[in-house]
Amino acid sequence: MELTRRNALAMGAGAFAATLLPLEAFATPEATQEAIAAFTGGADIGEGGITLTAPEIAENGNTVPISVDAPGAVEIVVMAEKNPDPAVVTFKFGPMSGAQAASTRIRLAGTQDIIAVAKMADGSFVKTSSTVKVTIGGCGG
Amino acid sequence: MISRRDFLQATVAASAIYGVSGVGNWARLAAQQALTQDQLLNFDTFGNVTLIHVTDIHGQLKPTYFREPEINLGVGQVKGKPPHVTGEDFLKMFDLKPGTPEAYALTYVDFVSLAKTYGRMGGLDRVATVINSIRADRPDALLLDGGDTWHGSYTCLKTDAQDMVNVMNKLKPDAMTFHWEFTLGSDRVREIVEGLPFAAMGQNIFDNEWNEPSEDFVDYEIFERGGVKIAVIGQAFPYMPIANPGWMFPEYSFGIHDERMQEMVDEVRGAGADLVVCLSHNGFDVDRKMASKVTGIDIILTGHTHDALPEPVMVGDTMLIASGSNGKFVTRLDLDVRDGRMMGFRHKLIPVFSDVIEADKDVAAAIDAERAPYEAEMAEVLGHTDSLIYRRGNFNGTWDDLICNALIEEREADIALSPGFRWGPSLIPGDPITREDLYNATSMTYPNAYRSEMTGETIKVILEDVADNLFNPDPYYQQGGDMVRVGGMGYHIDVSKPQGSRLSNMTLLKTGEAIDPAKKYVVSGWASVREGTEGPPIFEVVENYIKRVGTVHVDPNKSVKVSGA
Repeated sequence: MELTRRNALAMGAGAFAATLLPLEAFATPEATQEAIAAFTGGADIGEGGITLTAPEIAENGNTVPISVDAPGAVEIVVMAEKNPDPAVVTFKFGPMSGAQAASTRIRLAGTQDIIAVAKMADGSFVKTSSTVKVTIGGCGG
Repeated sequence: MISRRDFLQATVAASAIYGVSGVGNWARLAAQQALTQDQLLNFDTFGNVTLIHVTDIHGQLKPTYFREPEINLGVGQVKGKPPHVTGEDFLKMFDLKPGTPEAYALTYVDFVSLAKTYGRMGGLDRVATVINSIRADRPDALLLDGGDTWHGSYTCLKTDAQDMVNVMNKLKPDAMTFHWEFTLGSDRVREIVEGLPFAAMGQNIFDNEWNEPSEDFVDYEIFERGGVKIAVIGQAFPYMPIANPGWMFPEYSFGIHDERMQEMVDEVRGAGADLVVCLSHNGFDVDRKMASKVTGIDIILTGHTHDALPEPVMVGDTMLIASGSNGKFVTRLDLDVRDGRMMGFRHKLIPVFSDVIEADKDVAAAIDAERAPYEAEMAEVLGHTDSLIYRRGNFNGTWDDLICNALIEEREADIALSPGFRWGPSLIPGDPITREDLYNATSMTYPNAYRSEMTGETIKVILEDVADNLFNPDPYYQQGGDMVRVGGMGYHIDVSKPQGSRLSNMTLLKTGEAIDPAKKYVVSGWASVREGTEGPPIFEVVENYIKRVGTVHVDPNKSVKVSGA
């Protein structure tokens, strides 16, 4: 609970955060949609066949464990729509890949949706998303 | 929640908390005549399996007063559903008469006069008597402890929880899960767990370095009882490093992990489990959601949110049990399990009236032995109260008003913040406030009372953040505590709004002026999750204040206006 304004804002909790930081520091949902469109070439994106596992509330916004699993995928991109750069990571799977699944840790600028889009072997796309909350915490019990 | 009528029709057998009729007399003597230990423990043994559930004892070895909440709002889909029903509505929903022992045990209505009539509740020596009585009926009953056991009192703090470990071991639990235990620090937790004569469990306790299930705790244990294979899967508090100081247990990560819970259920079913029980510290609403997502759990023994419900809540085929806190209640659940299925049950939330249920002598002696070295320090009277002192409630309680007043005066602050904990027993007007009473409401391993400057804007960011941890419509995004208590400042809150727009009309009470987002205010608070927080321990701050004031008076807090509920 002992927080300087800087720390509270860096944790990105609430509307006040955005108004005090330069707007261009954050990507917008539109920018994320554009990045997804660039990945898919504008193709339709289906649901199902892809699983994104992420915590509901991050224990530490600087290192959030996530994993993606999309059987039959050749490529999976992960986006964090309110990070300064929404493109977080791209996994490519070759024919020798045992499973089309991967885990990593990502940094989140604040509470936001994480979006994973997979390109399947037949050229189709599927996506899923999950909201991860980044919180100050400290008052539960 | 199904109605009482449906409930009785839908189940093979059900009995709620024991209802004593005709208790219209307000004298303690009459109450004692009407209530007997035999009545409280009366239970027609049923089926072939018995589960005993205790949870959230919070270090309370001795009987206490514990006032249930007046305000416990549910948002989204759980609005108006148990446990988000309080007071008169609670009495109506469960068909309880005002003024009866069960009304006293389960609601805040008429608390002060009923407390004088029916007395303190709990005490692990009384809990032992209840457990012994159940074991006399069914010797192989399983005793399951939902956690928040090794925390919350003077002796627990001074002995690093050895007092609770020693006394609980005498009750012979079969399994336990965790929350506040981790604030002892991970070394101490491992030291205790290594010596525990029962299963320490949590399928959601992960090794932080590898992000894999921790090897220090088991996921589940399978017990054979009455020819039935019973799997008990542990679920620790999911938001430990967020709600409590993560630096005290950096090796561990938590979270809900319901996909892994499903794997565990499938695994134990594959291993032949006839009955699947989840021993959980998720909190009631999180458990309710988990029950709708994970299939194959027969029973969730809930914890963390301190709810006491006289009837189970059904979610699909999963039964949720809520057994209260502080040793006030023991749940007995008898089950008929045949052919790998739960065919019927009988349930009773047994209220532990300490003046009615006799203390088990062996456990009473063990409690006395643990307390003896500290008895003189604990018994010292710091002052008195002429007001009802309690904590539970979503927005404020007089314990925290008292703590905030102490922080403002002793630390010369404009605004005070006190965390929305749900533990901490109550005191009746006229009671002395002993050092033990104070520690029951404040003891912890990160007690330092900080004093720092914050802008109005930062204060709002913090309050909005905490409010979302309580009122996010999705329970998986809640942490289960109550709202941070605020002294020296009033505000309005619309609980139905999204994060960032719930709070308005923040006002500095001493001047009546609106809080200026750009202006700096001196803020004092305690229980910071930050490492290296400086300041005197909160129990010293409040002790000095009470000693100085002598008789504490706390007016009803009218500075928080709530809407959207």
